[in-house]
Amino acid sequence: MASAARTTFVDPLFENNPIALQVLGICSALAVTTKLETAAVMCLAVISVLALSNLSISLLRNFIPGNIRIIVQLTIIASLVIVTDQILKAYLFEISKQLSVFVGLIITNCIIMGRAEAFAMQNGPIMSLLDGLGNGLGYSVILMATAFLRELFSQGKLFGTTVLTTANDGGWYVPNGLLGLSAGAFFIIGLFIWALRTWKSDQVEEEG
Amino acid sequence: MEQYLNLAVRAVFVENMALALFLGMCSFLACSKKVATGIGLGAAVVFVQSVTVPMNNLIHHYLLNDGALAWISPELAQYDLSFLGFLCYIGTIAAMVQIVEMTLDRYFPALYAALGVFLPLIAVNCAILGGSLLMVQRDYTLAESAVFGFGSGVGWALAVIALASIRERMRYSNVPQGLRGLGMTFILTGLMAIGFMAFGGIQL
Repeated sequence: MASAARTTFVDPLFENNPIALQVLGICSALAVTTKLETAAVMCLAVISVLALSNLSISLLRNFIPGNIRIIVQLTIIASLVIVTDQILKAYLFEISKQLSVFVGLIITNCIIMGRAEAFAMQNGPIMSLLDGLGNGLGYSVILMATAFLRELFSQGKLFGTTVLTTANDGGWYVPNGLLGLSAGAFFIIGLFIWALRTWKSDQVEEEG
Repeated sequence: MEQYLNLAVRAVFVENMALALFLGMCSFLACSKKVATGIGLGAAVVFVQSVTVPMNNLIHHYLLNDGALAWISPELAQYDLSFLGFLCYIGTIAAMVQIVEMTLDRYFPALYAALGVFLPLIAVNCAILGGSLLMVQRDYTLAESAVFGFGSGVGWALAVIALASIRERMRYSNVPQGLRGLGMTFILTGLMAIGFMAFGGIQL
């Protein structure tokens, strides 16, 4: 039991990463990673919604009729997202403005629907909670790494504090604007997947 | 008239849903292996997007916005239901997708068969919900939201068809092992995003 729980929790980090292997939840991964601060808040929001939705769907799984399950799941997820959005607006107003529509888009983030459908509908509440936390962390690993690279090299900052003084402010570092643009995010995640698949070679796709 | 044309051009090219705003990425990457599937999915998105965005605009203006209920009776003007937004929009989208599916099945069976499995999938495509949320955030009128819905759908369809055609050609190239499939698709999309940046700043 203990080792099964451990596998459920640790596997999504690198072995079965939601972004790099399951191809889930990519939209937000690209859009909120221009700064570490917004990425961190987004990760927290996704982890909490994912863990709670997995928990509540798993508790209700024996009462949800099969043919309307998608609507029931969407309603549970949407309610959790509304709560998260209200909390963010109340306590972190500036950041919630920057995240704009992407907090709302957690509803259609496929990680959450995907895990509810693939895991929480078949497993007990505790395992589902662990699965939710694990997948949330797997998502966060990629998000934080991307945001780290993008903020450091496009603005010379980390969490808003200057690390590399840019040439415009009289320093030596000439920022690479490409990484701040949308294209930069695609390249970074593409290279991440390359690195991850070189390390775990069983994830390589056959040419198709 | 000019402002609507401008809005449409912006929605299709400058603020392309997929390549500039990163919306609908999951199906964008997953369903772009063949041009035929790309066209089917693109058509379904254009269709659903043009219907749901104006629909949600009406819901926002007549049910949810601060004081929007005043048309029923003046006492209701004090209510602000906008916190229910997410729940209502996703409900509308799910219902509209269902209705569109049934209408097509009844009256346009050929189109229905062509779209196939993509129609139900669209309910969880974030480009659709994203379109509605952006419409609310930017405070579009009904006419503007209709133009925006159509334009953003066309932009997304254009991007997915273009990516699918490139991926079909990729079969003939020798991609490094670990980069095959998903990794390469990301880098291709990045290059396409750079291409679309050339449209930046276009004003009619």
